[in-house]
Amino acid sequence: MTKAIEADPTSARADGRRGASVRVDGVDIRFGSFHAVRDISLDIAAGEFLCLLGPSGCGKSTLLSALAGFVRPYQGSLTVDGSPVTGPDPDLGMVFQSSEALFDWLTVGQNVAFGPRMRGRSRAEQSALADEYLGLVGLRHCAGRFPGQLSGGMRQRVQIARVLANQPRVVLMDEPFGALDAQTRQVMQEEMTRIRQATGCTVVFVTHDIDEAILLADRVAVMTAGPAASIKAVYPVDLPGPRDASAPEAAELRRALRQDIGEEVRKALRDQGLDPELGTDLGAEVGTGLGTKLGADLGTEEDR
Amino acid sequence: MTTVTVDATPKPRVERRASRAARLGLRTLALYAVSVLIGIGIWQLLAMRYGASLVASPSQTLSAAGELAREGTLTNSILASSRRILIGWGLGLAVGVPAGLFIGQIKVVRQLLEPYIEFFRFIPPIAFVTLAVVWLGIGESSKVVLIFYTSVFIVILNTSAGVMAVSESKLRAAASLGANRRQILRGVVLPSTVPYIITGARLAMGNSFLTIVSAEIVAAQVGLGALIWTSRNYGRIDWVFVGIITLGVLGFVFDRVLRIVASRVLRRYGVKL
Repeated sequence: MTKAIEADPTSARADGRRGASVRVDGVDIRFGSFHAVRDISLDIAAGEFLCLLGPSGCGKSTLLSALAGFVRPYQGSLTVDGSPVTGPDPDLGMVFQSSEALFDWLTVGQNVAFGPRMRGRSRAEQSALADEYLGLVGLRHCAGRFPGQLSGGMRQRVQIARVLANQPRVVLMDEPFGALDAQTRQVMQEEMTRIRQATGCTVVFVTHDIDEAILLADRVAVMTAGPAASIKAVYPVDLPGPRDASAPEAAELRRALRQDIGEEVRKALRDQGLDPELGTDLGAEVGTGLGTKLGADLGTEEDR
Repeated sequence: MTTVTVDATPKPRVERRASRAARLGLRTLALYAVSVLIGIGIWQLLAMRYGASLVASPSQTLSAAGELAREGTLTNSILASSRRILIGWGLGLAVGVPAGLFIGQIKVVRQLLEPYIEFFRFIPPIAFVTLAVVWLGIGESSKVVLIFYTSVFIVILNTSAGVMAVSESKLRAAASLGANRRQILRGVVLPSTVPYIITGARLAMGNSFLTIVSAEIVAAQVGLGALIWTSRNYGRIDWVFVGIITLGVLGFVFDRVLRIVASRVLRRYGVKL
């Protein structure tokens, strides 16, 4: 897969990169006796932006880890442009929820150049790539600083630039804005659309935030509550940009997503032996923020 | 005509912070001085109470130190002990760090070596003095080996603990950015482990000072430990006091130097001491 981009280094956008198509076929993931994900199939088109939406603990991050090659499925297959995922691959970039994934002892520039350096690019190429992608996320002026000196939002930008500097064909994002404050998150979501258009890669984006999914995705795949999570429904998002999650055109989709998530939250509550009546109340609130938050907090299993 | 007054700009933050740090530093130094003075006072009282045959007074100790310094014994002892400590400790680091990385990284190695580490770390170096002399003779190597012994396990334990504490997301990030196993070890595991290694090195330095006296118990001509042991034969309590105090001061200085150098050179790895 790596070869595919390197074979064409001269074309337009530096790398002539297009997104790769991703196929998830009957994937089943277990950790010992814990059944995390059951029989998931998804076809993601090249260049598509797919959101995996569901309450925390439902296994969406687990599915993402499998796509990134960190976790091997128990059954089923994962393929990128027809080649199976066999392990971590620079073509499949991963943006982690926590900026702990950054290398604190390297400068921002060195962090972004890490991928190209590991892959034996020349020094000139390394700094050109770091410069280009730091520019794309608006952090060119921070190249010489250390991650510890940046704010949470800036650190996530560095993570995004670091992944993009490898010119991957698929970018996997695990609630990348989940730990940010509301204002920063909003800015990052707006930036995300621009960055995505500039790079054209396929994006699989995990979130438990309904509005975020509506803002960003071409399609939203809702997952059922874990364990043994599966895909509950897939919704196309046919909204013109720039999007506004509170716009009237989005209302119907929003209602549908809320209802789906609400059902899953109630199911999770019942599974945990909590009062189903309380669950009903919650269902009504789901989507207004409180509900999604609660849904997010329900998962007791580690969401990875 | 307009005149711009530059002086109106407030003092830069950095400068203010620096002067605050300087004030705090002075305060710490002053308290140290007070603490030392009180200690010397108590020591003086004890010396007066028990007499010179049991407790050498501060002034007796000072003049004994002067005597030992003039004939060169003190300097030679310091140099000899420092040399043994630095060589043994340095070897302990040179072996302990790679071993710790290896043990932390590879489960089989860990399982194979763990029983020995858990066994030997409870046996004090003094238990090996006889064996060291029998096996290695009365030269320098027996002493250096004992310092090495006391350093290496603590370095291994700290390094491997550091390796096992490296965050999973950093390792995954490196792997998915295209780093192979060796690149991950060098580029992620080692840098993440540096603060643990430094802690291990400091503890090992402390152990080395605890061990040097035992290491010089047999057949050492010079050294602070040797000075303390031979003073007993001459009945010179004041020399014993000189040896003990020099050892303490030397250890303090070594640790200070280590801390300052490590926190300057390795700051970017998160070493804050």
